[in-house]
Amino acid sequence: MTDGFLDNAFFRNIYCNLASSGSDRCAGGGPFGDGLLPPGWEWLAFLVTAFVTVFVVVNGALMAVNLYIWGERRLLGRLQGRLGPNRWGPFGLLTPIADLIKVLSKEDIVPAAADRLVYSLAPVLLVVPVLLAFAVIPFGSSTWAANLNVGVLYLIAVLSVESFAPITAAWGSQNRYAMFGGLRAVALLVSYELPLVLSLIGVLMIAGSLSLVDIVNAQDVPFALVQPLGFLVFLIGSVAEIQRAPFDLSEAESELVGGYHTDYSGIRWGLFQAGEFMSTMVSGAIIATVFLSGWRGFDFLPSHAWFFIKFAGVLFVMTWIRATLPRLRIDQITSFAWKGLLPLAAVNLLASAVLSLIWPRPSVGELWAMAAVNVVVAAAAIYVLGQFGPKPGERPRPAVAPALGATGREGAA
Amino acid sequence: MPIRTEPVTVNIGPHHPSTHGVFRLRVTFDGEVVVDAEPVFGYLHRGTEKLAEERTYVQFVTLSDRMDYVASMTNNQGFMLAVEKLAGITPSPRGVWLRMIAAELQRIASHLVGIGFFLQDLGAFGTPLIYVMRERERILDLFEMLCGARITVSYMRPGGVFMDAPQDFWPALDTFLADMPHYVDEYERLITGNEIVLVRTKGTGKVPAETLVNASVSGPMLRAAGLDWDLRIKDPYEYYGRVKFDVPLARESDNFARYIVRIQEMRESVKIIRQCVEQIEPGPVRPKEVPFLIRPPAGDVYAHIEGPKGELGYYLVSDGTIAPYRCKVRAPSFINLTLLRDMLVGWKVADMIVTFGSIDINMGEVDR
Amino acid sequence: MTIVLGGEQVASVIEAITPGSVTGHDSSAAWVRAETWPAVARGLHDRPEADFKFLNSVTGVDYIDHFVIVYHLTSLGHNHSAVIKIRCGEAREDPVVPSAVPVWRGADLQEREVYDLMGIRFEGHPNLKRVMLWEGFPGHPHRKDFLR
Repeated sequence: MTDGFLDNAFFRNIYCNLASSGSDRCAGGGPFGDGLLPPGWEWLAFLVTAFVTVFVVVNGALMAVNLYIWGERRLLGRLQGRLGPNRWGPFGLLTPIADLIKVLSKEDIVPAAADRLVYSLAPVLLVVPVLLAFAVIPFGSSTWAANLNVGVLYLIAVLSVESFAPITAAWGSQNRYAMFGGLRAVALLVSYELPLVLSLIGVLMIAGSLSLVDIVNAQDVPFALVQPLGFLVFLIGSVAEIQRAPFDLSEAESELVGGYHTDYSGIRWGLFQAGEFMSTMVSGAIIATVFLSGWRGFDFLPSHAWFFIKFAGVLFVMTWIRATLPRLRIDQITSFAWKGLLPLAAVNLLASAVLSLIWPRPSVGELWAMAAVNVVVAAAAIYVLGQFGPKPGERPRPAVAPALGATGREGAA
Repeated sequence: MPIRTEPVTVNIGPHHPSTHGVFRLRVTFDGEVVVDAEPVFGYLHRGTEKLAEERTYVQFVTLSDRMDYVASMTNNQGFMLAVEKLAGITPSPRGVWLRMIAAELQRIASHLVGIGFFLQDLGAFGTPLIYVMRERERILDLFEMLCGARITVSYMRPGGVFMDAPQDFWPALDTFLADMPHYVDEYERLITGNEIVLVRTKGTGKVPAETLVNASVSGPMLRAAGLDWDLRIKDPYEYYGRVKFDVPLARESDNFARYIVRIQEMRESVKIIRQCVEQIEPGPVRPKEVPFLIRPPAGDVYAHIEGPKGELGYYLVSDGTIAPYRCKVRAPSFINLTLLRDMLVGWKVADMIVTFGSIDINMGEVDR
Repeated sequence: MTIVLGGEQVASVIEAITPGSVTGHDSSAAWVRAETWPAVARGLHDRPEADFKFLNSVTGVDYIDHFVIVYHLTSLGHNHSAVIKIRCGEAREDPVVPSAVPVWRGADLQEREVYDLMGIRFEGHPNLKRVMLWEGFPGHPHRKDFLR
């Protein structure tokens, strides 16, 4: 049960070098012979190894986010016909570090009216769940911090904590722009959580496991092909869930200045930014793992490279979407979730349920058959929804403007 | 059972990313819906009209640049027309053609900025804005060739312009004119067919045409309501009678109609400039006999042009001295805001920002 | 080409609408008595032969011994334009002119601007407040006797 990170050779070496050779987890001792610690001290070896694991994963994630911020900014620059950051370090690679130093050295302002505790808690609430999520993601054929048998459930649980951050920040700031942003964020997260989770269930039914490692192992055919509808709903849903364009209405710069983080400054603001980029990375990693067969690929590249290619591809698509599309309005976003994505996710669930009744333990050939059926189902469902579903066309104006001067305010001065 | 809510009053601006300067709106929201909106002006008021009373007619040109600072050329042009009408100056033909070329280039530049910021207000992450800025740069480069300045150009003088275009201006202009339609196609590919843009802009910010006329709204807003009113056709000034172009119209009078009218006007402006380049004749760019200190006879005059944002008018009163006795600017940005409250009330926050962006104002002109 | 109606023509049109409201005319403008302005404005807007649906601009001019409000009108249908002038405020204290907002909403912000900068009060304006300057600003800067 606790073996999760010991599946990895690197972490097992650490453990086995420390623990005594009689330990049941590493028969024959580590590569340097007997363990350093006497028998009975396995708990310390375990603790040290766990600490190293967490240290590597958390810092790895934080370093990776720097790289990702640089990459996204460069890519955005290219998409927008400009250069992007290119001054500090080779190709501007050190720009995020410079940004970090800048953000750290800025004044950390807490508004006088703010609720100090809630205000300070909000950025932490955003960052910590995302870091926790990295624990279960398999980055390569044997590289993961933990292989939980409830991995997907754990991810959903941990990432839903993240949705507290905007409303906490909004409540703590006591700012009206922030309040608008926070309420929008809640409406958005409540709407999109459901199709997001529903679209995953189809995958779980085919894979027959909640563990991400097992899901990857089950993908002889990438689930993006087996579950096209689920993949589409999950992709859109996760872009909404992490509140990037075109669903970035909770921070909506052109409307709400900064939305829920309007009042934040300095490192707290930086944490919000980093948290958003990290949740994008987590989403990209989940999509790459669950739908794009994770580390699996052809033999000419190592498994980590395959994972990285798929991960980067998903992030590229997300950045591309961000650079292209304007923002939707709140009512359009929520009605898209409830009237568009939710029925699609339900259709996907139904189709997957029927198919996994027919082929309970699908072989490769059966997976391809499933893919064919599901592609047809997806096309039909999208077509039907487009024909008969809700039209986001003209909306009657809810109120009529009163005549000029009927504002009830002071008249002639 | 309806949920009982409490209205919230929020100050949008003067420091807000999408108020196009230092505009301030005092808005009362009920949830996301606007129930009341009151514009507050004056954060950029510099008293241009009062300053004009202490400057000569030529000196005021620099002040007119600073009113609508994304359309300085047309500001110059309107003022020159008023001065020429007041003082009875006949401009030299080459100067007039150059003024028309500059003004139409400026119209393209102004519409580019208007569309770019409109899309920015829609929430597009900078991409359309940076695309339009790329072309605007080229127009500003052309201005730099014409007069050495890019934004505050002060290019025009009573009777024409202050200097002739350099030799390398003409090939540069030709390349630009050849490229511009393709650029407009590119914007249309990116924006016009975009599902989210259509959903967000079609049907929002609608105003009936009669209300627009009654509220003195002019320019693209009026033409987006289907009213064929373009002063370049209806009251041709300069040599607009000698060029052929269409007036783009739309019927819907919503935010999308205003956007599409601006896009089409850019194409028409390119046509106009092409014809100007064909018809321009050699000669002096302004008559020698126009003195530096103009002393028009006592009287008053109103001259108006079709600026990028609407009818730009100058009402000049002269008392026979070297400075105008009264110089009033009919600022289209300012007057187009008359209907702002009607256009916003009842819509959501996001629509409010988009509708405001579709009016395409410039705070330098609103507050003067 | 917009036909610019001369002062005399405009005066005759106005006389036909509301007799006795014209105080005179010059080459470009017709001068209208302030008290009759609402009726004249309504007539100019509604009468088909006048059809001045579009108000170009409202301007206040300080002639030291009196103020003049200048209205530039355009008919989009007939494509002709007219200039109406109203004289007021010989005493300089609290000059009053009836507002044109009930007829042309376009006068709203412009009349507020004239009120703000010239100090001319428009009776019947629904929301006559300062526009450019803040409430409590001393004086009206566009008056000729305003000292810096």
